[in-house]
Amino acid sequence: MAQKSIEIINVSKSYGNNVVIENLNLYVNKGEFVTILGPSGCGKSTTLRMVAGFEIPTSGTILLNGKDITKLPPHKRPINTVFQRYALFPHLDVYDNVAFGLKLKKVPNEKRSGKLRNLTPEEIDEKVMKALKIVDLEDFENRDIATLSGGQQQRVAIARAIVMEPEILLLDEPLGALDLKMRKDMQIELKEMHKKLGITFIYVTHDQEEALTMSDTIVVMNDGVIQQIGRPNQIYDEPANAFVADFIGESNIYTGTVMGSKRVRFLNTTFTCVDEFPVNEKVDVVVRPEDIDILPKDNGLLNAKIESRIFKGIHYQYILKKGKAEIEVQSTDKFNVGEEVGISIDPDLIHIMKKEVTTNVFEGYIDKNNQVCFGDGTFMCDVTQLYEGSHLDENGYLITSDGRQIDLTDVDVVVNVGFNDITLTDNEEDGMVYGEVISSIYKGDHYQVIIRTFDNEEDYILDTEYTYNINDRVGVIINSDKIKMKLKVSNNAK
Amino acid sequence: MVKKILGKFYIYFILLLMYLPILVLIFFSFQEIVTIRFDAISTPSFKLYVDLFDFSLRQTNEIWIAVLHTIEIALAAAGVSTIIGTLGAIGIFYSRKRVRNVLNSISNISIVNAEIVTALSLRILYSFLDVKLSFFTLLIGHVVLTIPFVVLNVMPKLQQMDANEYEAALDLGATPTKALYKVVLPEIFPGIISGFLLSVTLSLDDYIITAYTSDTTFDTLSTYVYKSMVKKSVPLQFRSLTTIIFVSILIGVVIYSIVHKRKDKKERFKLENSR
Repeated sequence: MAQKSIEIINVSKSYGNNVVIENLNLYVNKGEFVTILGPSGCGKSTTLRMVAGFEIPTSGTILLNGKDITKLPPHKRPINTVFQRYALFPHLDVYDNVAFGLKLKKVPNEKRSGKLRNLTPEEIDEKVMKALKIVDLEDFENRDIATLSGGQQQRVAIARAIVMEPEILLLDEPLGALDLKMRKDMQIELKEMHKKLGITFIYVTHDQEEALTMSDTIVVMNDGVIQQIGRPNQIYDEPANAFVADFIGESNIYTGTVMGSKRVRFLNTTFTCVDEFPVNEKVDVVVRPEDIDILPKDNGLLNAKIESRIFKGIHYQYILKKGKAEIEVQSTDKFNVGEEVGISIDPDLIHIMKKEVTTNVFEGYIDKNNQVCFGDGTFMCDVTQLYEGSHLDENGYLITSDGRQIDLTDVDVVVNVGFNDITLTDNEEDGMVYGEVISSIYKGDHYQVIIRTFDNEEDYILDTEYTYNINDRVGVIINSDKIKMKLKVSNNAK
Repeated sequence: MVKKILGKFYIYFILLLMYLPILVLIFFSFQEIVTIRFDAISTPSFKLYVDLFDFSLRQTNEIWIAVLHTIEIALAAAGVSTIIGTLGAIGIFYSRKRVRNVLNSISNISIVNAEIVTALSLRILYSFLDVKLSFFTLLIGHVVLTIPFVVLNVMPKLQQMDANEYEAALDLGATPTKALYKVVLPEIFPGIISGFLLSVTLSLDDYIITAYTSDTTFDTLSTYVYKSMVKKSVPLQFRSLTTIIFVSILIGVVIYSIVHKRKDKKERFKLENSR
């Protein structure tokens, strides 16, 4: 059994009303290289800062080797950080930057047991030189920080952290500011450094390729919540949900229907797969572009037309069309644009995931105008659906089928709206409620978009054929006949 | 061509306008005549310079006491306001955003505020609290005058600093106090120095606040000159004294720019070598 190095238990972090991390649970084994991966603003850096001690969790506990360090200040933690923009001290030269922590460090005194002493200049010298050697910066010790290139500064930042011999090294997007070639080289070097030093690395990045290349374990985060934890190949081959599939690598994501035991239908075709799901359940289907075979026409499971072809060096990237649905395929074989081809997919390369939600469910209430309030907005609706056979009188009271008169004001209801029943408008004012796009995932022939309102952060999920970008501000429109309402059970007595 | 000559002429004309009074001053510092008139010009002499160091003269003694007072108050006020202003700037910088904006504006208001308002309000406050005017009331006056300028000089240096630098110091084992001394203060040191120098300059030639907040027997150069002007007898030694002040400042500026240039060259050399 591997020993746990750091353990994050039920940690939440919020600034005012803004919840950044929600009930996070994560542990990292000793010597592991763990990458926290997610889009910007997903809470990955905040998580790292809580481990470093720069932020104190709003609730929850962080353990280091089983000891509670939740509120321990950063200078007392055996953890060091490599910052995104290096944060080197420009008034010190390379040597003094690396020696900064060593000069403050206290070690047990061999001569007087129980006492601490400072490191001697010789010890500091030896350690600094060793660290500079590890990062390949020998002979640079007297140089000013301003005279170093970005890559060299990055190496000084790493040397400055590893010279402290921390139990855990935290790296906050350390390669973000480097150019592509340098980044690739540093990825390999960091990985080797990790092997050589044998300490725990926690690495934060939004670059999925970086994560796949370097990590033992990847933690995918979105919106302050962990989406999946696994080895790189697990995350890639068996994404836990549509978000992970979309974020890691290229993927085709479709909404499918389970037809029977190990049978799933999407792209108007029934495929054999290896996962068991209840019959008729709607599921998300993920197929990687490199897992689709292009065959001569009528030789595959379905036919599709080649829309475009891009040469990518070692393979061609094709976009195929089957009806309205797009299929992305990578293949080393050459086919022509416009050609009708067959397609086949190996059963174990079709990955099926449970759909997280299939409709929007809100809790709301009826206001005095017989409109329904939910999800930060007020909508026209048909209140007669709450009582079967009822109608409204001229004063706005509801008359039930047995003639009772009911005032619906403030009655609590549960509202259901389908993904297809919401339309968006670019003109915020035209919507009944407005918010910003927080996610948009392409599902073969449409996008599944999530709109979050500004006031109470209510989420609307909808399917649309139009493209929206993250952070677009849009208005939400729902027609009154698309709003399905039920009385909230506990309030039935009213 | 004509444009070029006109352009050059314009620059020299402006420079002449700026420096003509000083040139006239320097010229007359080598003249013994009391009333400054061109038809009275005689042979140059060093009498005013000799008088300036002849301590048997009453006026010479008074002048040097005023010089000493001026330097005393300038250094004391600049020292105090540099400490308070630097700490203030750090405090403002690390406050929450809304607090930071408010404090920044408050600090800036006293810069644009008319000095007479500050001076008069201090005087009224002293009377209200029944404080006897002394060196300390003057010191407070000058500190009040110069603090916002220290904040103004230190703040940009704080903003230029990488926000993670302080955290990096904590991360490497420094206590918050040590991180302040070892990382933040050295980083903003140039701003502290320029804040100090600006405070010294502001305090050196301040008249209004000095006149309102100091004991009448305590004279600085500016109040001494003003008093003698009222009595219509500005000591002639002032000509030689102000010439000396001007020349020493000129030498200081020249030395500074030579040193600075050399440092720049050295850094450029280093940079080129590193490539």
